[in-house]
Amino acid sequence: MSRHSSLEFREDIRKMPYRTAQIRLVASHPEVYEPCDDSFLLVDALLSDQANLLHHQPRVCVEVGCGSGYVITSLALILGKQESGGVYYMATDINPHAVSVARETLNAHGIDADLVITDVASGLDKRLEKLVDVMVVNPPYVPTPEEEVGCDGITASWAGGEDGRSVIDKILPVADKLLSDRGWLYMVTLTANNPSEICLQMRRKGYASRIVLQRSTEDGQGSMIGSLLSQFPRFPFLTHGDSKKN
Amino acid sequence: MRLLTHNMLSSNIKGVTNGFPLALEVTKLVTKPVDFNPDFLKNMLLKVEWKALVEASRAMGYAELPEQTEPSMVESEEFLRKFHHALLELHLEEGSLVCPQTGRKFPVCKGIPNMLLHEDEV
Ligand SMILES: C[S@@+](CC[C@H](N)C(=O)[O-])C[C@H]1O[C@@H](n2cnc3c(N)ncnc32)[C@H](O)[C@@H]1O
Repeated sequence: MSRHSSLEFREDIRKMPYRTAQIRLVASHPEVYEPCDDSFLLVDALLSDQANLLHHQPRVCVEVGCGSGYVITSLALILGKQESGGVYYMATDINPHAVSVARETLNAHGIDADLVITDVASGLDKRLEKLVDVMVVNPPYVPTPEEEVGCDGITASWAGGEDGRSVIDKILPVADKLLSDRGWLYMVTLTANNPSEICLQMRRKGYASRIVLQRSTEDGQGSMIGSLLSQFPRFPFLTHGDSKKN
Repeated sequence: MRLLTHNMLSSNIKGVTNGFPLALEVTKLVTKPVDFNPDFLKNMLLKVEWKALVEASRAMGYAELPEQTEPSMVESEEFLRKFHHALLELHLEEGSLVCPQTGRKFPVCKGIPNMLLHEDEV
């Protein structure tokens, strides 16, 4: 029932305009999230921040919940082939099929990255502690009953539990642990996830935040927001998603 | 799975305090040549746990790495080539990663490690 409404919600956001990076999807699987408007929003946010990213010179980049691999592959292309010589990429997903598809996507674009099937970054958090300069996340953020969170297969790609915050709230402390002193977190949220509360919570841990991109979802759930939370207070202001322009 | 991945993984089972490094059980290993990139290697040398890499490469049948590193070694192409081979070209395709404390095996299938836990391990 609610699964159904969540799928309808996906149909709604599919109508939005977007700009995409040139990623070829060489593999797919019925249980793996196909790049959708939220994926495009995140990649567009990274693209619009490309100059900052290049200047930032990240050495270690991590994606949590990589799905098809569309975002991490795009990030590697955005940072550039030559530059990527110096960048270590790591991506995780809880869905084994997703990781297999991501492997093929990365291979097709000549990107070397480590892939691990795991819950958020479990098993990596000791060794990657304070090493990650850029973390990107398009989390399952759709408000659903709690039971649907972390289910097998495609359900895990959107089911976000109460306020769509269950997985996000698991990711935030992990991000805080893994990010280096100059680390940045790019994350997609919905207005329904209460992004200003997320920013506030992260501000207490020493993160500044800014909205990189915002698009409306046309279904009453408010805007989809690609925001940057940066550990180093480079952007010493805090905004939150109340403007609903497209 | 290249040994770089192995070097970043620890056993994540609840209660395990000594989860690194995971031991390797090799069922199938493959070698995939990749471009030699000294900058990447110098960067990774700072992040890699050397002893774990030496042991893992031995388990994969490669015994050319020195026991210890010294800062001057990054100037040696011969050293960097060995490091490159061990870190990036040896792949565990099928096998498992074994928790050093509990013996629990994490499967590696088609080159991808699966660190998902059972309910009683979280
Ligand atoms: C909205 S999809 C995004 C996929 C891809 N990054 C994209 O933008 O197209 C969310 C992804 O997170 C994964 N995921 C959900 N819960 C997770 C968890 N606890 N740990 C790791 N990945 C998770 C899902 O399997 C799914 O692939």
